[in-house]
Amino acid sequence: MLKVDLCESCAKEKGVQEAAGFSLANLLAGLGTGEESRIEAAGVQCPVCGFTQADFKKTGRLGCSGCWEAFEASLGSLLRAMHKGDHHVGKVPVRAAHTLAVSNKMQELTEQLEKAVREEKYEDAAQIRDQIHELEAKRKKSADTTTRSAE
Amino acid sequence: MKIDDLLKSPSEWVKAEGPNSKIIMSSRVRFARNIRDHPFPGWAKKAERQKLLEMIQPVVESLPEMADHFGDSMDNISAIHKQVLVERHLISREHAAKNVGSGVVINDRETISVMVNEEDHLRSQVIKSGLQLKAIYKIIDRVDTELEEQLDFAFSPKLGYLTACPTNVGTGMRGSAMLHLPGMVLSDQINQVVQAVNKLGLAVRGLYGEGTEALGNVFQISNQTTLGEKEAEVIERLNKVILQIIEHEENARVTLLEKKPKLVYDQIGRGYGILTNAHTISSKEALNLLSLVRMGVDLEIFPGSARPTVDELFILSQPAHVQRAAARKLTAEERDILRAELIRTHLAAISKPNLSDRPRTDGGRAEPG
Repeated sequence: MLKVDLCESCAKEKGVQEAAGFSLANLLAGLGTGEESRIEAAGVQCPVCGFTQADFKKTGRLGCSGCWEAFEASLGSLLRAMHKGDHHVGKVPVRAAHTLAVSNKMQELTEQLEKAVREEKYEDAAQIRDQIHELEAKRKKSADTTTRSAE
Repeated sequence: MKIDDLLKSPSEWVKAEGPNSKIIMSSRVRFARNIRDHPFPGWAKKAERQKLLEMIQPVVESLPEMADHFGDSMDNISAIHKQVLVERHLISREHAAKNVGSGVVINDRETISVMVNEEDHLRSQVIKSGLQLKAIYKIIDRVDTELEEQLDFAFSPKLGYLTACPTNVGTGMRGSAMLHLPGMVLSDQINQVVQAVNKLGLAVRGLYGEGTEALGNVFQISNQTTLGEKEAEVIERLNKVILQIIEHEENARVTLLEKKPKLVYDQIGRGYGILTNAHTISSKEALNLLSLVRMGVDLEIFPGSARPTVDELFILSQPAHVQRAAARKLTAEERDILRAELIRTHLAAISKPNLSDRPRTDGGRAEPG
């Protein structure tokens, strides 16, 4: 009977590899070739935290949530190689769902307001304007709460 | 709650009470979360980390699930206690290296733990005995929703939860299970299984995660991807694969017993023999032999009442647990001696395997001549 204690060196010998560790390393190492030139050419710095593409290359980690937006262009192919898809389909925080709904509503109301003004329906326009103000007040209030909890 | 009160009794997940706990030692799901527009722990300055810790820790401690909890800053926890928490899978090895500006909150049953300022601002996990990923997912999802009411998590409609490492972005979720697979190791099938599982986009690792050895025939299986798939789908996929591995492991054991019973009994007998007679033993050897005794319990060579003892020894024979039991600083040699003593004492209640009434090596067939 052959018993296999899979210590690291044995695992290597037996061809059992840590797929996760290796593929990540390869992906990040891959940044050192084709991917990297594009990233470095961009030379982007995150406006929120000051993290740079070079920092990302060095650590394989980002500096803050703002980096995701700042480096979006260069992260796309990395994410596609790493994951099943390129956009999130899972859980949405209630707060984000709410913020999203509010900004959609705001957009809709602004368009309605413009239309009403164009068509000289001033009574309608006044009503819509009030709705916008109300929504803005609400948004401001919830933003204040958010800031407070984040401080 | 003080850390000594927390560590007094073994973690709830060690008691093999969950479904399929013969082969699945534990299951776990963790979520990675960050606070919007604050630098991630690896990039934040000490003062920023401390500020965030002061903001996050009280929120975590106020959760209903944390009514009875241990919570502290990492610089207040001794090196031994940190290591004990690692051995109980309550914090990561990386987190054990943290000090000022990082913290941890663990409920009294040791089923829920939240690391603050590990690689991400929050790493919450739920761990339970046996295979119960779906139930665990429900709990962690609830905890996360409660946290989200008070914390502004970094989230993008396109990329989901934003994390420090691109490997976690999206759901920020990692589901995993700890599988005890001596049958597949003994029958030399484990490499095939590892390769097959890897092909399905799941990772196979050792007992203590990334870059660790598969000691004691224990393997950790987890999802690799976090973007482009719903949490429930990932959990379902993981669950399905694990159920298949359970079946393979059971088959491997049946086949081994049919074809090579003496070899199986020999392994189990030797495991028990060494553990009950050793006067110095390393944790690696202890785990590998405990694995054989554990399989012996599964095969009813030892009484079922031996299971909790053996499962507990998997944890108690780990270095920091031995060190903690001594209540004084030990050298590696002293630790091996104390470990052997601890194992002998615990196994004293389990009588030696009775294999005399087991089927003969020839599987009942008459020997020619």
